[in-house]
Amino acid sequence: MSKLLTTRRSVLRTGAAAGAGLAMPTIFTASSVAAFTNDPTGSSVTLGFNVPQSGPYADEGADELRAYELAVEHLNGGGDGGMMNTFSSKVLDGTGILGKKVEYVTGDTQTKSDAARASARSMIEKDGAVMITGGSSSGVAIAVQGLCQEAGVIFMAGLTHSNDTTGKDKKANGFRHFFNGYMSAAALAPVLAARYGTDRTAYHLTADYTWGWTQEESIAAATEALGWNTVEKVRTPLASTDFSSYIAPVLNSGADVLVLNHYGGNMVNSLTNAVQFGLREKVVNGKNFEIVVPLYSRLMARGAGANVKGIFGSTNWHWSLTDEGSQAFVRSFGTKYGFPPSQAAHTVYCQTLLYADAVQRAGSFNPCAVAEALEGYDFDGLGNGPTHYRAGDHQCFKDVLVVKGKENPENEFDLLEIVEITPRAQVEYAVDHPMFAGGDLGSCNGGA
Amino acid sequence: MDVILLQILNGLDKGSAYALIALGLTLIFGTLGVVNFAHGALFMIGAFCSVTLQRILSWSFETIDPDKTDFLGNPATVKTPYVVEWFGESTGLAIIDWSVPLAILFSIPIMIAFGFIMERGLIKHFYKRPHADQILVTFGLAIVLQEVIKAFYGANPIPTPAPSAFTGSFDFGLLLGFAENTIIYPYWRMVYFAFSLVVIGGVFSFLQFTTFGMVVRAGMADRETVGLLGIDIDKRFTFMFGLAAAVAGIAGVMYAPINSPNYHMGMDFLVLSFVVVVVGGMGSLPGAVLAGFMLGILESFASMNIIKSFIPGIDQIIIYLVAILILLTRPRGLMGRKGVMEE
Repeated sequence: MSKLLTTRRSVLRTGAAAGAGLAMPTIFTASSVAAFTNDPTGSSVTLGFNVPQSGPYADEGADELRAYELAVEHLNGGGDGGMMNTFSSKVLDGTGILGKKVEYVTGDTQTKSDAARASARSMIEKDGAVMITGGSSSGVAIAVQGLCQEAGVIFMAGLTHSNDTTGKDKKANGFRHFFNGYMSAAALAPVLAARYGTDRTAYHLTADYTWGWTQEESIAAATEALGWNTVEKVRTPLASTDFSSYIAPVLNSGADVLVLNHYGGNMVNSLTNAVQFGLREKVVNGKNFEIVVPLYSRLMARGAGANVKGIFGSTNWHWSLTDEGSQAFVRSFGTKYGFPPSQAAHTVYCQTLLYADAVQRAGSFNPCAVAEALEGYDFDGLGNGPTHYRAGDHQCFKDVLVVKGKENPENEFDLLEIVEITPRAQVEYAVDHPMFAGGDLGSCNGGA
Repeated sequence: MDVILLQILNGLDKGSAYALIALGLTLIFGTLGVVNFAHGALFMIGAFCSVTLQRILSWSFETIDPDKTDFLGNPATVKTPYVVEWFGESTGLAIIDWSVPLAILFSIPIMIAFGFIMERGLIKHFYKRPHADQILVTFGLAIVLQEVIKAFYGANPIPTPAPSAFTGSFDFGLLLGFAENTIIYPYWRMVYFAFSLVVIGGVFSFLQFTTFGMVVRAGMADRETVGLLGIDIDKRFTFMFGLAAAVAGIAGVMYAPINSPNYHMGMDFLVLSFVVVVVGGMGSLPGAVLAGFMLGILESFASMNIIKSFIPGIDQIIIYLVAILILLTRPRGLMGRKGVMEE
């Protein structure tokens, strides 16, 4: 015989618990009070800087963090103001963002997608970050961008160069200031053709992940359009450290150019290996053998030492630029830290100012209002000349630097020399370009 | 034919590194019965001995050159290495140029001391614990060591060039009657291969032809009896740990010009070296050497595009695949002795 267990008390208890559970605001569901995720109600606003603090890109992460700290200092009215003084928009006045003091929390992406998502989620849920930014890998950027879209916060990408970030994986809440593989190729290929001729045969070694694939596709297409042949495309595992077995067959293949679609440690090691094999002293098909590194980073070039001399590549920004904005940033950063900023530091500094500026202009931290303020925005004075944030895919369009490893560096930071500043018009493409097609920006998510 | 020769050559230097690390690994296992997962870290520390010596030799004083400016437009400081100041430009620069070979001498006392401290300070306390505990503690130690290195040297690889006399590559193809540039092999990798043969030969002769080595081998075969004969075998085994650390260390020193050292290089080699030891047969020295070279060469073949086009991704799994096949057919590894890890 069963006894009726339901009592008035237990019903009340269960009901109260269920009610409390339902009323609890979570980041992925609407809260009845706030209009969007992490609406800053106090006197300060929290930004989330998600950078690799450990793992292979920790040095770039550290440089990004320095730039973020500098940006926060400038936004709050400290320091010399850096690029805020040269920025074409004048709505930022050193009193924080919308009068709220800027504070920040940091997360460690470890250059792993799952770790990066976890740290971003923690900054959103626990620390109330209203915007997430940073990173030094496209795999990570795409993963975190997806999370921010679901969570209803803005994602201002750091160093990410894969076409997919603003291509097939683009998201309405994500914005990229950094350039991409297509732009690198469009800028670099004509310079290569001019220096090395149009009758060349290229051999590609490519890091086997999203960035490598799109970089390889871009540079192969751009050089082939100018008459080059591609003899082989070899994918190398991201974890590779010794590339000798991939490089040894290159000379035998009839190729006279080796394109290294590698970044970070991969680039340092594959380039060092290629130089060890004496490729650059060889003459193939009656021409000097050449090596090309489509995406350069000064921090990485330092790792490759003298091996980078004379090798062409592209970069988003370089400290030796002489425009007003770049000089203000180098002065401000150099005075504070004692060395010039990297391109990673530059892009994240710009992203922080651009976000703050957009909020200020929109008059709200609401991601949808911020996104609207960024879309189609034209600005100048941030070191890359006149720049356009395209509404259709949230990609910035600006001039691209073609660089070359410097033959006679004057100091330890003087590793790259600027060969050409490729005008923006030459690197532009349609939103539905085949290399970027397949994705959907969707609509902005404010989390409410 | 030329392609095959090329990949065999290519596998040799990587095989040399595997063999040297695996040799130390199996030496420690054979003597002390410890599975030392920190052995890759010892290789990494060896490589950083190269970096350190290069930095010490390049130690400079600064003078201000009013004609040059730094990146902020201030008068630039010019660095002159002390060795150049002391020994004159040509000798001084030659000393810096030869920092990697010199680092061998520099690293040996450091690595032996490091091995001693590691064994006496930490690993000694785990002799009677299960292998799982030993693996955990040594793996933990490896992580600590690599984080320490990262804290001091940063996360990016540090260029450590070989002496300029060894830059460029040798054209083996011409020697064998092939066309020019068919089979080329960098000079420094030839040096590395020769160096590893000398070290391996040295370790074997030490164990084979000296009384100390004989006692150690006897201890490996039957520790208890050797102890009953009144020989302090533990002390000798500690020395062997130091020796194994030194072998891993100098393997790392000489490897630095092949791949710029970074804090993670030890882990990259550790797992593979462990597989090498298992394939070679736990506790077997010749097995470790044989398996080291064999797997190095196989890995080289697997990264050929023609093979990758048949089986995509084979270059990443070939070593583990071979390990599985060998363990299925010869559970004790290629040259494993009966009774090791079977009690």
